[in-house]
Amino acid sequence: MKRALLGAAALLLAVPAGAQTIAITGGTVAIGDGSQPIPNGTVILRDGRVIAAGSRVAVPAGARTIDATGKWVSPGLVVGLAPVGLVEVSGVEETDDTDPGKSPFSAAIDVASAINPRAQPLQVTRAEGYTRAIVGPVAGNSIFAGQGAIIDLGTDMDALMQARAFQYAELGQVGGRNVGGGRPGVFAYLRNALFEAEAYRRDQQALSPALRTGHDGFERQLTRLDAAALVAVVDGSVPLFVNVNRASDILTVLRFNQEFPAIRLVLVGAHEGWMVAPQIAAAGVPVITTALTDLPETFESLAATRSNVGRLRAAGVKVALRTTRNTAQEAGNLVALAQLPGATGLDWGAAFATITSAPAEIVGMGAEFGSLLPGRRADVVIWDGDPLEVQSGVEQVFIDGVEQSLDTHMSRLRDRYRQAQPGSLPKAYER
Amino acid sequence: MRLRWLTGAAMLALAACGQPERTGSASSSPAERVAFPGDPFPSTYKPYPGVTTLITNATIFDGEGGRVDGGSVLLADGKVVAVGTDVNAPADAVVIDGTGKFVTPGIIDIHSHLGDYPTPSVDAHSDGNEATDPVTAQVWAEHSVWPQDPGFARALTNGGVTTIQILPGSANLFGGRSVTVKNVYARTVQEMKFPGAPYGLKMACGENPKRVYGSRNQMPSTRMGNVAVNRATWQEAREYMAEWDKYADEGGDVPERDLQMDTLVGVLKGDILVHNHCYRADEMAVVLDMAEEFGYKVTSFQHAVEAYKIADLLKEHGTCASVWADWWGFKMESYDAIYENLPLLEAQGACATIHSDDQDGIQRLNQEVGKALGDGRRMGIDISDEQAWTWLSFNPATALGIAEQTGSLQPGKMADIVLWSGNPFSTYTRTEKVWIDGALLYDADDPTRRPVSDFELGQVGEGDVK
Repeated sequence: MKRALLGAAALLLAVPAGAQTIAITGGTVAIGDGSQPIPNGTVILRDGRVIAAGSRVAVPAGARTIDATGKWVSPGLVVGLAPVGLVEVSGVEETDDTDPGKSPFSAAIDVASAINPRAQPLQVTRAEGYTRAIVGPVAGNSIFAGQGAIIDLGTDMDALMQARAFQYAELGQVGGRNVGGGRPGVFAYLRNALFEAEAYRRDQQALSPALRTGHDGFERQLTRLDAAALVAVVDGSVPLFVNVNRASDILTVLRFNQEFPAIRLVLVGAHEGWMVAPQIAAAGVPVITTALTDLPETFESLAATRSNVGRLRAAGVKVALRTTRNTAQEAGNLVALAQLPGATGLDWGAAFATITSAPAEIVGMGAEFGSLLPGRRADVVIWDGDPLEVQSGVEQVFIDGVEQSLDTHMSRLRDRYRQAQPGSLPKAYER
Repeated sequence: MRLRWLTGAAMLALAACGQPERTGSASSSPAERVAFPGDPFPSTYKPYPGVTTLITNATIFDGEGGRVDGGSVLLADGKVVAVGTDVNAPADAVVIDGTGKFVTPGIIDIHSHLGDYPTPSVDAHSDGNEATDPVTAQVWAEHSVWPQDPGFARALTNGGVTTIQILPGSANLFGGRSVTVKNVYARTVQEMKFPGAPYGLKMACGENPKRVYGSRNQMPSTRMGNVAVNRATWQEAREYMAEWDKYADEGGDVPERDLQMDTLVGVLKGDILVHNHCYRADEMAVVLDMAEEFGYKVTSFQHAVEAYKIADLLKEHGTCASVWADWWGFKMESYDAIYENLPLLEAQGACATIHSDDQDGIQRLNQEVGKALGDGRRMGIDISDEQAWTWLSFNPATALGIAEQTGSLQPGKMADIVLWSGNPFSTYTRTEKVWIDGALLYDADDPTRRPVSDFELGQVGEGDVK
């Protein structure tokens, strides 16, 4: 959503400054930067940006004031990593743009072309208090899934904030299944692909071995376009998200990074990350994971525990959350863990940061969104209670300072079926 | 599937579970007719020992909609003895200060596949769908249950779940028998089986059966095909039942035994309860008429994402709806799910339960109900916390036919109890202690009261707080 034009142009037209100024007063304000909530705080928005948030913030004259007494005010939540905007109904293949199918492309896949700001799941996600998303593809016939994007979840048609924001790779058992050869096959494939990307960067006209037609087998692995897409990975201009869970796999990936030191890694999953947390911290690699994974779903996650996030954070690792299913936040559970003997949780501010500032910072956008620090995009949610409580609900959502609709297919059905039986006309007439 | 029965060999009973075994040869005396043992894999569950325990000064949800503030719960000999503000305990009772804490009946998950789809989720463990024929009423979920599933431990310690119905999957129209277990680790499934619990029959509507068999160019490939196969099967079951009833009355040649039909006759006689996976309102209505046509009752619809559209019909038929709080939109038949399903059903007088269908969701069913409560209240349906607890224990106990034994804190019932660190509908609350039949099987403060399944023994992370 682009609102930049409004700034200077609007002032020249002598629109009163107050017209773009919103003051949200009296609520409990969560900044999202890891700090604790501030009672009776004020948030000032102007021209699509946060001007100030906290206690002892003066309300500018002429501002539109929203009384949030008894409510909570926070930055919009950030979807850690999900196919929001790419899928309408996951079980209906033709509505699922993350399905790699038989595509010959892998790293070259760019989800930006598929983002649908009107996808129903995106509306529902916004109505749950999310305002930005890290959108990723799914790997099919390769270790590489392709290039993800950063989007806003506004109602307008301009969702894309940054295309080709990262590359996504499966370097554990999924990757091994996709390309054959298990983990050794994965790393052979990875090295080959990165060498090809370097060759492509040196000479875009060269036909490197992997791109040659013939019987060497490489052609099926990497097209010219895939190699081109990986240039941004090998030169470090975009991060490489790698899904690995087993502790030994994490160490393998960290060692591999030393071969290609320019690559900026982000670990996804890392369910056994707590076992090697000091090494992850020393490498300065952030993690995007789930809060509540605690079962040995695979032999890669035998040591999964809900304390993973807390232990990683305690070791100094930056951690952002994604949810396991649908969109309801799970970060509040990490606060609860702090009371459980033997478990490691987070305090409220740190837990809230895992779904706001941390994901934004991991994709290099901490100065743009994910908190209510001055200068950030005016993505603000007003809640009827503590946003980390599952019982709380969203009352108002602003994206870039613009108030958003919270109507969804679900909310409309709810309103239609307040009473199951039809009235004087069939339900189809009730709306 | 037909088994040739030889008169004079070991006696098997057609009688449904719970009925006494009748033995004898095919003779003229009704008492001596060929019969089959109704319970060939009987429960060998034995409660573990507990101590007389008094929890004091807690907030209590009794599971049936009642609430006691500053109340006490006394448990002894595996049973709930007393609940109230004025409870006298014997001098030797262990006293637990419940100040600031909550006490509830243990959570009952009416829809789980633990043990049948255990973790690790590898192909070798995939035992939940006998997807080789749309009608497999002869398979029993208990014969797939792996008692070492690590998921049982998580459901107990994180979830406060004390009783679980394990169902076959939904690939088939007739998926097979379910089993109800106490959530207590054991060497065998028989040692987990809830004593006296009736069997359930898992049935499935909609997309899954028609997709699984339609993709093989086999019937059913449509919803109308689903119903046609269902009706033909029920018709066969009625004929089979008539054949055996005639034999029971008049003697004569012993009819052939059919294990599939045995289960369906159990349903027609009211001994086996139907739990029907069904998402859409229109399909549920068709199933209700089909049940009437063939003379059985649908005890519950499972998933029932559109139950809110027919709350009146469900109430009229006395059929419960077991639902998620917020799963939606992952397939066409879940596209009309709404968050307010539970409160809308409650407000219109229909029986509702939460359910998990998931090894993660089962660990926080209390939070799932918390979400639904919040959403209901926002639309103006004010349901109290204590009333909402019926969705977690009493209503599922009723739908499983075990409400006489568990599901609420009535004196005399099994002491299946959870002590929570705070209001269980808050994200910030954890289970502190869980008793099953009065035995303390989880204690957050005592690592020796934390189960570790055989599978996790000697593995990385063994015994960790999960």
